[in-house]
Amino acid sequence: MMASSYNAKDEDGHITMSGPGGGTLRSKKPENTAFKQQRLPAWQPILTAGTVLPAFFIIGLIFIPIGIGLYVTSNNIKEFEIDYTGVDMSSPCFNCSQNFSWNSTKPCTCTIPFYLDQPYESNVFMYYGLSNFYQNHRRYVKSRDDSQLNGDMESLTKPSKECEPYASHENKPIAPCGAIANSMFNDTLELFYNDPNGTKIQIPLTTTGIAWWTDKHVKFRNPGGNNPNLTAVFQGTTKPVNWRKPVYELDADPENNGFINEDFIVWMRTAALPTFRKLYRIIQKKNNMVPTLPRGNYTLEVVYNYPVRSFEGRKRMILSTISWMGGKNPFLGIAYITVGSVCFFLGVVLLIIHHKYGNRNNSADISN
Amino acid sequence: LSQLILRSQYSRYHILFQEILPSHFCVGEENWVDSRTIYIGHKEPPPGTEAFIQQRFPDNRIVSSKYTFWNFIPKNMFEQFRRVANFYFLIIFLVQLIIDTPTSPITSGLPLFFVITVTAIKQGYEDWLRHKADNAVNKCPVHVVQHGKVVRKQSRKLRVGDVVLVKEDESFPCDLILLSSSRDDGTCYVTTASLDGESSHKTYYAVQDTKAYNEEKEVDSIHATIECEQPQPDLYKFVGRISIYMDNEPVARPLGSENLLLRGATLKNTEYIFAVAIYTGMETKMALNYQSKSQKRSAVEKSMNAYLVVYLCILISKAVINTVLKYAWQADPNRDEPWYNERTEVERQRHLIRAFTDFLAFMVLFNYIIPVSMYVTVEMQKFLGSYFIMWDDEMFDEELGERAVVNTSDLNEELGQVEYVFTDKTGTLTENNMEFIECCVDGHVYVPHAICNGQVMPGAAGMDMIDTSPGPKAREHEELFFRALCLCHTVQVKEEETVDGIKHGIHQGKSTSFYISSSPDEVALVEGMKRLGFTYLRLKDSQMEILNREDEIERFELLEVLTFDSVRRRMSVIVRANTGELYLFCKGADSSIFPRVVSGKVDQIRARVEHNAVEGLRTLCVAYRPLSPEQYQEVCHLLSSAKLALQDRDKRLAEAYDLIEKDLILLGATAVEDRLQEKAADTIESLHKAGMKVWVLTGDKMETAAATCYASKLFRRNTQILELTTKRTEEQSLHDVLFDLSRTVLRQHGGMTRDTFSGLSGDCTDYGLIIDGATLSAVMRPGQEDSNSGNYKEIFLEICRNCSAVLCCRMAPLQKAQIVKLIKASKEHPITLAIGDGANDVSMILEAHVGIGIMGKEGRQAVRNSDYAIPKFKHLKKMLLVHGHYYYIRISELVQYFFYKNVCFIFPQFLYQFFCGFSQQPLYDTAYLTLYNISFTSLPILLYSLIEQHINMDILKKDPSLYRDIAKNSLLRWPSFIYWTVLGVYDAIVMFFGAYFLFDNTTFTSNGQMFGNWTFGTLVFTVLVFTVTFKLALDTHYWTWINHFVIWGSLIFFVVFSLLWGGIIWPFLNYQRMYYVFMQMLSSGPAWLSIILLITASLLPDVVKKVIWRALWPTTTERIQVGSHMYEIKELARQY
Repeated sequence: MMASSYNAKDEDGHITMSGPGGGTLRSKKPENTAFKQQRLPAWQPILTAGTVLPAFFIIGLIFIPIGIGLYVTSNNIKEFEIDYTGVDMSSPCFNCSQNFSWNSTKPCTCTIPFYLDQPYESNVFMYYGLSNFYQNHRRYVKSRDDSQLNGDMESLTKPSKECEPYASHENKPIAPCGAIANSMFNDTLELFYNDPNGTKIQIPLTTTGIAWWTDKHVKFRNPGGNNPNLTAVFQGTTKPVNWRKPVYELDADPENNGFINEDFIVWMRTAALPTFRKLYRIIQKKNNMVPTLPRGNYTLEVVYNYPVRSFEGRKRMILSTISWMGGKNPFLGIAYITVGSVCFFLGVVLLIIHHKYGNRNNSADISN
Repeated sequence: LSQLILRSQYSRYHILFQEILPSHFCVGEENWVDSRTIYIGHKEPPPGTEAFIQQRFPDNRIVSSKYTFWNFIPKNMFEQFRRVANFYFLIIFLVQLIIDTPTSPITSGLPLFFVITVTAIKQGYEDWLRHKADNAVNKCPVHVVQHGKVVRKQSRKLRVGDVVLVKEDESFPCDLILLSSSRDDGTCYVTTASLDGESSHKTYYAVQDTKAYNEEKEVDSIHATIECEQPQPDLYKFVGRISIYMDNEPVARPLGSENLLLRGATLKNTEYIFAVAIYTGMETKMALNYQSKSQKRSAVEKSMNAYLVVYLCILISKAVINTVLKYAWQADPNRDEPWYNERTEVERQRHLIRAFTDFLAFMVLFNYIIPVSMYVTVEMQKFLGSYFIMWDDEMFDEELGERAVVNTSDLNEELGQVEYVFTDKTGTLTENNMEFIECCVDGHVYVPHAICNGQVMPGAAGMDMIDTSPGPKAREHEELFFRALCLCHTVQVKEEETVDGIKHGIHQGKSTSFYISSSPDEVALVEGMKRLGFTYLRLKDSQMEILNREDEIERFELLEVLTFDSVRRRMSVIVRANTGELYLFCKGADSSIFPRVVSGKVDQIRARVEHNAVEGLRTLCVAYRPLSPEQYQEVCHLLSSAKLALQDRDKRLAEAYDLIEKDLILLGATAVEDRLQEKAADTIESLHKAGMKVWVLTGDKMETAAATCYASKLFRRNTQILELTTKRTEEQSLHDVLFDLSRTVLRQHGGMTRDTFSGLSGDCTDYGLIIDGATLSAVMRPGQEDSNSGNYKEIFLEICRNCSAVLCCRMAPLQKAQIVKLIKASKEHPITLAIGDGANDVSMILEAHVGIGIMGKEGRQAVRNSDYAIPKFKHLKKMLLVHGHYYYIRISELVQYFFYKNVCFIFPQFLYQFFCGFSQQPLYDTAYLTLYNISFTSLPILLYSLIEQHINMDILKKDPSLYRDIAKNSLLRWPSFIYWTVLGVYDAIVMFFGAYFLFDNTTFTSNGQMFGNWTFGTLVFTVLVFTVTFKLALDTHYWTWINHFVIWGSLIFFVVFSLLWGGIIWPFLNYQRMYYVFMQMLSSGPAWLSIILLITASLLPDVVKKVIWRALWPTTTERIQVGSHMYEIKELARQY
């Protein structure tokens, strides 16, 4: 439809035949319809200081309270962040980060003590954060095979060429293939509460509910349907080069193993920016009486597997409570307050302008 | 003068010389390669006389189709990809195919493929129709005389030299020379309605020596050759010569356009004719006229192209910046290839071309900034928009039953940019409906009474004589005058046919016939004579019959007609009365008659003529010259030798006419009124108020034209008239006059500021200039000896610039075009519009930026060559003030908005590169990239550009000064372009960084889960689509239900599409990156809040700018908008 008139110019000689001039055969009296005479009934709004003024005040009056609300909510969220990369000599993980080797069989472990100066009520969300890690690099983003992850048997043995150079290893197809899967975060983080009386209590971490429901149940499927024997299903494939164990040994729970392992799914959702955090575990609130994480000393035990120093990256562990608006983010509140105030201010300016110049214009109109 | 005579003498001998010599001698001499020789009936000329090489002529096949079955695809593709836009997208597509680019080739391939295919199908279909039409024409049977018999042939098999038989109501299969017709006098009637739209019957003449051969056997015996020029497209020019071998004695006769029957014309009122084919197939004049006008481009298109160049530069610099930064950033190998993101071996090896492919990939990523859809939308807007002109009820003329016609829709918006209007006078400003007012014979004035709406009182001999009764000598003169007017014309008598024929008898021979002529003046004169008692009956066998006052029929033999032309501005006939006396009657413009008059009451008549001219009447002078038989012989000789010439025939004829029309005796003068067209004055006044300068270009004499100008309010009472005429330049030198005038004008101009100019008919005097053709050509003449004359043009332009109205009289058609060209080329490059109705206006219609034809009485040539055609001059007002204004507003918004929305679209992608390692990662999903311009944001702007009305139509018409608000392409100038671009960049920054800070290292869901890069892009895209659509909504001043439907509809469509696109695992896609992304985003409260916030923040500056500008520096348009709004509110308040 669009192109039908596109090249009307080309037919110079025939323009009267094909152009709009051609339709003069029938009665030449044009139809007197509102559309053809361009007289359709219409609402004709005009933006003037007078009409816009109330809108500005209303926006200001609505935005500022919302902004304050958001800001307060954000401030009430408790967040604790700890960098365990081990760049400094003093850092407990320094050794692990220095002596990192892909081939080492013995896991390197480091322990980081920290202190929470206020209790964390309600559920606490545990994140790991990476910096300077370009998960949004084009070569990286596309290096995956969604149909393999969706359980397609053909793609399992023949991964898409987008996965190159992580499609096959030693002539065996890699499952899951691609750079994203290959570089999956594999540090193990454990939290211990140091009871004032000296005992070290491990804090139970929930591993489920960290990935999108739709990802876990629709987008990611293990191959072979409901075959419980994942080892057999993944027969003939090999684990990603950097992985320590194959995909069917990610978790003992069959509902969280293979492609539908939630840690894996979380990792596979590539982050938007080079500094990002991903949900690692959830610390469920046990009862209303005790805070989920009481004030006190804690220990973070890290099985240090994941190298980031080669690209000057950083690894962090974050503990955060969540409100209805998510984690701690003062931006939205401030932005709302700013825009609201600007609107309000502009409203005042416009009011002045309207009073000073509005009448002048109107008188000019009348004289016209 | 003596020089002139000498030259014509020379040419006479030259012609004679040619006649004596066999023509092939002249081949080398006269450069005759431009002529062709045709053997009638393919008969070789008698041996010895000729040694021509038989030329090859094409067959009579008409090929209007462009393609054949075989070359359609390559040729059509070639033609389509020759357009810059298509080619650009083809390149982008190919780059995407060849190298690894961020977006799939589908994103640019699909729209391109769509556009190309649809265009190809459309063109293919049109071509197929043309093939069919060609076949029908080429196969239609024609009758050809072969060996004395009539044979049927297919039209395409007709060859040059064939003798063709054409019957009544058949159309001519090729260009033919009329040999003989069924009429004894060798004439035939033809209508050329399909060629130039003139429905009047024209008379064509057979060659005198062959007109007797009107049986096929006789025709077959004609032995003759025709020499004529090679085909040329001018329908009204033809020169040739026929050599007839009778008894081996060649007789040469001239051939002119009166012998040439054109393909496409139809034979009327003649039973049959025989004619010989001279131009066939694609060489016929009709076919040569297929390739018509050159393309005109509008100012908007030019600024659009300028913007495109700017955006191309932006695009390239963006790509270059990113490529350079990419390599700077990648210098560290751990950034280039960290352990988690390695290249493949193949990629590693491509070191050298990597930088270049990176550059191309960035180009591909950002290529959407130059939108393919803009071209399509603009074309569509123009094409569909032009229907509103045709549909306009107010531009329909009941009387003619015609409505406005759009011949090209490319210039719609140019109608809103007109600065100079060049208008013809006769038929454009005036009705071209002539009415005989009076005549003056030797100073006695005659006024026919009884004027009843064109109905002529039969045989009314009554007349009012204003002066005392003249003496017998005067009476003789008077009758001679009437006879002269009855004879000196080219009017045809159209008799009522069949049924009416019976009526004739009842009316006792008083015919109810009516007169037809190409010149309405002549009809008015002949009808005027009828009222004064002398009725012209008909021309039969070269006998002109006149019914005189005593109801007796007088017969005059018509010997020669010296036809009218606009250079000579007169015509003559030579007749022989019954008594055997020979007369030359001449009528013409006073300026061309008076110098040739030797006796007569010149002073009295001149006084009367001038009086009448001031009244605005069209005056003609009539003179005669009795010829002695010897003189007549000489005249005949002059004429026939001139007519025989093949080269420069027109010039020679003019010289011959010049010699013949002299020593005249003045008889009198006539006055004919040409009434102003309805509302012409109102229209001109409106155009003036709208800031346009109106120039009247006419061939009429100064006084008449000036009177019309006053009547049409082109000149007002307080207009100071500056004259630049021959009369003045005779007294002073042209140099002095020009400087004088410019001093007058500039002195005034210096005193007043620009602003007071906008006052309507304020106290400042405005100037009107009158210039005549002769002076104009003196001004235009390129200076040779006089170094100053080069400046004349400049000074002249300077004067014109300060005159609100200019009248150019005594203009030749070509001069009209020259003037237009002069103004077009002046340093401001103003937009010009030419409007006219006749063939003499075609040159200026073609020259001006916008050419408008009036569907007048002088045929359809102007209409055919125009860009737009309107029935009446008054329709120009609505055309310019309403349609032009609207189209301009609409298209400028369309262009600006398109660039704006693509800046908003692409700039976040550019910013994102800084956060993804310059890896060309697209921010948006492929579907969004592809559909953004095609469906999410295309319809609202298209609809806006079709039906937006920022001010009511009636106000636009009532207040023409609003037109000044958009003058000089004001909405598409660089400041506004930069404003839009900056606005786009601002919006992009708000959207991108808004989303950035929202995503920055935190979560914004209530279940703690994280979003990825596709959610980031989708959030930006959602804000983008809403912002861009709301921006258009804020600009819309005219909300019909369609606007509501389309604007809200396309937003709903976006949401529904996004839900659907993310709602299913699409089996044909090899990625599922968008799965549930949109829904997850909407399930988050902060996402909603930030969408609302970002939309508000994006729109805020534009709204504030608009409101403040409107309050502090309102344009007239804005004032009126508010005013009309207030007015409506008051009206409402009054009602309740």
